[in-house]
Amino acid sequence: MTMNSSPARDTVFFLIFAAAVLTMPIWLAPIGAGYPDLLQKFAIFGLFATGFNLLFGLTGYLSFGHAAFLGVGSYTAVWSFKLLGMNPIPAAILAVVTSGIFALAIGYVSLRRSGIYFSILTLAFAQMSYNLAYSVLTPITNGETGLRVLESDPRILDGSAATDGPLISSLFGIEMTGYAGFYFCAAVLLIGFFVAQRIFRSPFGIMLRAVKTNQNRMNYTGLNPRPYTLAAFVISGMYAGLAGALMCITDPLAGAERMQWTASGEVVLMTILGGAGTLLGPIFGAALIKYFENIFSAFNEQTLHEIFGFLPDFLEYPVVAVSSLFVGEGWHLTLGVLFMLIVIFLPGGLMEGISRIFRAFKRSPGKTNPTGATAPAE
Amino acid sequence: MEILRVEGVNKSFGGLKALNNVNFSVEEGTVHAIIGPNGAGKSTFLNCMIGRLAPDTGSVMFGDISLTGMKPYEINQAGVSRVFQTPEIFAELTLLENVMIPTMAKRDGEFALHAFKRLDQDAEIRDKALHMLEDVGLAEKSGTISGALSRGDKRRLELAMCLSQDPKLLLLDEPTAGMSRADTNNTIDLLKRISDRGITKVVIEHDMHVVFSLAKKVTVLAQGTIIAEGRPEDIKGDPRVQEAYLGGAHL
Repeated sequence: MTMNSSPARDTVFFLIFAAAVLTMPIWLAPIGAGYPDLLQKFAIFGLFATGFNLLFGLTGYLSFGHAAFLGVGSYTAVWSFKLLGMNPIPAAILAVVTSGIFALAIGYVSLRRSGIYFSILTLAFAQMSYNLAYSVLTPITNGETGLRVLESDPRILDGSAATDGPLISSLFGIEMTGYAGFYFCAAVLLIGFFVAQRIFRSPFGIMLRAVKTNQNRMNYTGLNPRPYTLAAFVISGMYAGLAGALMCITDPLAGAERMQWTASGEVVLMTILGGAGTLLGPIFGAALIKYFENIFSAFNEQTLHEIFGFLPDFLEYPVVAVSSLFVGEGWHLTLGVLFMLIVIFLPGGLMEGISRIFRAFKRSPGKTNPTGATAPAE
Repeated sequence: MEILRVEGVNKSFGGLKALNNVNFSVEEGTVHAIIGPNGAGKSTFLNCMIGRLAPDTGSVMFGDISLTGMKPYEINQAGVSRVFQTPEIFAELTLLENVMIPTMAKRDGEFALHAFKRLDQDAEIRDKALHMLEDVGLAEKSGTISGALSRGDKRRLELAMCLSQDPKLLLLDEPTAGMSRADTNNTIDLLKRISDRGITKVVIEHDMHVVFSLAKKVTVLAQGTIIAEGRPEDIKGDPRVQEAYLGGAHL
């Protein structure tokens, strides 16, 4: 896995990835995904899933409460806007710090257990945060209304510009909406991806995989698994916090629904769908789910009639009736079917599918794979 | 010189007395075998030595360090490695990675946050691990995922992992259990070869063939008590041992 990589190959891989991300507005346009709102979501959730994968993909610890850190990051970012000003940089840094502290506390307690008990503990913490945000913590979270930036907020770093400027995050005068917002998120995603790539190749990364494979052997090898898992938990919590901050940087509003368990479950789906333990998989998974959410949910019967208009009427109506179950509000059904198909036929996620295709191509000119090991693609 | 000294160790599980006032010591640089019939308390004894079980009373001294109450990884860091009855390896990782992990554990301690270094650029660790794999005859398989190995190869890999840490004391729990005769002989050869490094070894073994071809000293455990101790040839002829261990049959 690690050994068939080299610094040069990793650099090339990173550059190709960076080029692909930065040109997304162009090559995603033909499938209707080239608009900034969706592209921002691709980058933000790609970052969220990349961080989640550092914990789940490498150590095998399945956190079911990662949305809590997303929420913590969001609230911190909005508070940074309110108190310091609309610059996204301090917001992002502060969000990483606070979510890291939260992850340290939650991880310290939850990592005393493993397997399903760990998952339940993290879920309990996330639900606690969610409910607290609606009740006791309303002074900080502004409850159901959600936290937003007001004209009356101090915003001390903005100075006089603050009084008449719009309440949108901006960096050196560039407002973080539209394509500018996407490119800011994409830059952060690239930094996050670079760090994740380094962790995958590092001694620390292999220790995390050792945790997943055999903790008993680790213990009798003179390694304490606890600080390794805790470090992975904190790092992945920081990624989530940063993703939460990006949500507010592109749209300065934080609400508690971001911390709901469905959001925690979504990142699990993204990671498994794309391929847990691979570098690119979680990003593919995140993009696919967000694409389905935005594109399929926007379909209605009218659009279906247009698509199937070439069929004779007696066929067109039943086809539209059946397929309309899978679009619009029924897009979850499409996602569910897709998820089942992938888990059953490609347990390694989309990345396993891609590496199977690559291997099939390699084999076809008569070459056989010389090593017995099946190395998953990045 | 004594490297390991066990004094007055007792261990009970409910009403069952698994170890009864066991006193035991191992000379540095020797191979010491512990034998005994099923249920004699051999594995319990080993587990008390490496921190998996805490003895009810008594002390386990490794040099001048007390091992009682220490965590398994602390005991390993002190210089004690263990080979398990069923090989414990990192089955999802390659052989090379399997050996690099203990090598790093030895160099960097129980926790090190090297998240930005590249593992494949660490020539020191890599060379040492490869060298170790060569020693046990697995070098050509260094890139394979270790879960796919045969049981004999897994055992050799586990041995390489332990040896890569240059332990002062190596504990082997039935190193040939479940192996074919040919694999057993290979393992004996391997263990003899590594004896030249002067690593002290404690071997728990069922197979008399293995014990008598390796050990310098044998301790016989029956029903939680040591009933005999001495050179292999003396133990062979000891009537108490034959009574307890072999039901009176001659070796």
